[in-house]
Amino acid sequence: MDLLTMILYAVIILGALLGAVTYAILFERKVIGYMQLRPGPNRHGPWGLFQTIADVMKLLMKEDIIPTAADKKIFIIAPVLAFVPSFAIFATIAWSENIVGADLNIGVLYFIGISSITTLGVLMGGWSSNNKYSLLGAIRGVAQVISYEIPLVLSIIGVVILVGSLNFREIVLYQESIGMWLIIPQFLAFIVYMISAIAELNRSPFDLPEAESELVSGYHTEYSGFRFAFFMLAEYVYAIAISALATTLFLGGWLGPAFLPGILWFLLKMCFFMFFWFWLRATLPRARVDHLMGFGWKVLIPLALLNIVITAIIKVWMG
Amino acid sequence: MELGYFDSYIFVIVFILLGVALPVGALTFGRLLRPKNPYDKKLSTYESGIEPTGDAQVRFHAAYYIVALEFVIFDVETVFLYPWAMALGELGWVGLNGGLIFIAILALGLAYSWKKKVLEWN
Repeated sequence: MDLLTMILYAVIILGALLGAVTYAILFERKVIGYMQLRPGPNRHGPWGLFQTIADVMKLLMKEDIIPTAADKKIFIIAPVLAFVPSFAIFATIAWSENIVGADLNIGVLYFIGISSITTLGVLMGGWSSNNKYSLLGAIRGVAQVISYEIPLVLSIIGVVILVGSLNFREIVLYQESIGMWLIIPQFLAFIVYMISAIAELNRSPFDLPEAESELVSGYHTEYSGFRFAFFMLAEYVYAIAISALATTLFLGGWLGPAFLPGILWFLLKMCFFMFFWFWLRATLPRARVDHLMGFGWKVLIPLALLNIVITAIIKVWMG
Repeated sequence: MELGYFDSYIFVIVFILLGVALPVGALTFGRLLRPKNPYDKKLSTYESGIEPTGDAQVRFHAAYYIVALEFVIFDVETVFLYPWAMALGELGWVGLNGGLIFIAILALGLAYSWKKKVLEWN
């Protein structure tokens, strides 16, 4: 494949992601709206379809404010550093048997490694703002994300043991060969993965880094206009990425009955996960910070280790 | 689409460059559209409407430092588990025993920090 095809592929993915985020935000507001017995956004376009586009245009025309007290260089780099990894992850996702970007043999490891860089952007943004709310939001966010990264990474090891590969395509092909999705033999890992994923995404009920009732807006309090937009964009792109990873690891990627093409199955399963995050937001109250930290270290990590032990013994037993 | 080993990484670099280009491009383009009217009050730190006091770049609580240390230890050990997990199919019982001992030590470390109340959050 030549460079031009690669660039084209990357541009298509970027365009698709921007569109997906635009409508994921509308979808979220609609879902939560209906769950709270109100219609949600419905003024801009039919069914509120242009709502997010209007929001983005508004952000584009907002004045770009950099506080005098802020550390200017870091303040400017932070949103870019938060966004780039969330997009770079998508280089390696296997959308269907034939639609794969970079077919890395260390796909899963690449995904986990790159996605951790976003944390650095959050910390830089919070610290450089020189604002108390930002600082509290940022250090809380970092403590939470690094605590839940360990159970997340450990839960994936169970899948890796069974498959014996880190490549996204091979993980799905393995599920095809054994004739079932890995959610069945790796159910414990799936539960641990889902809970840690919510904490990693800073979504309700674990949205402490931007607990608006106590921290105004958390680490991006001082950001306005498009710099703020890139933090939000990173957050939603990351939500899509985690859904894509969950689809590949546990729900059989593009596998499904033949009446729909593989990529559609993949996207449908991803939409299910997206809906799940929104559903939780409308259902559960915010957790307390000490409960949250304790739960990750004392419940999820032991469970994930237990899952690795069980899976390893079964794997060697079965040969 | 068959890709060579290094081609895959060129692909990754293309993604990273495009990822940088989008925010840089959008912010540069936005300069044509957005107003620019800064004054002191607007550029002061937001503190819920009152005059901001003091600096926010302070030393924060030591509990965060301990969590970070704990994270580094466990994260490095997880990285060791990945190659083991990948090769387990070929390693058989010997590899399994080694891995289980490693995980047992890991669990022991977790239990120790639990007992030492490192995992408490106050």
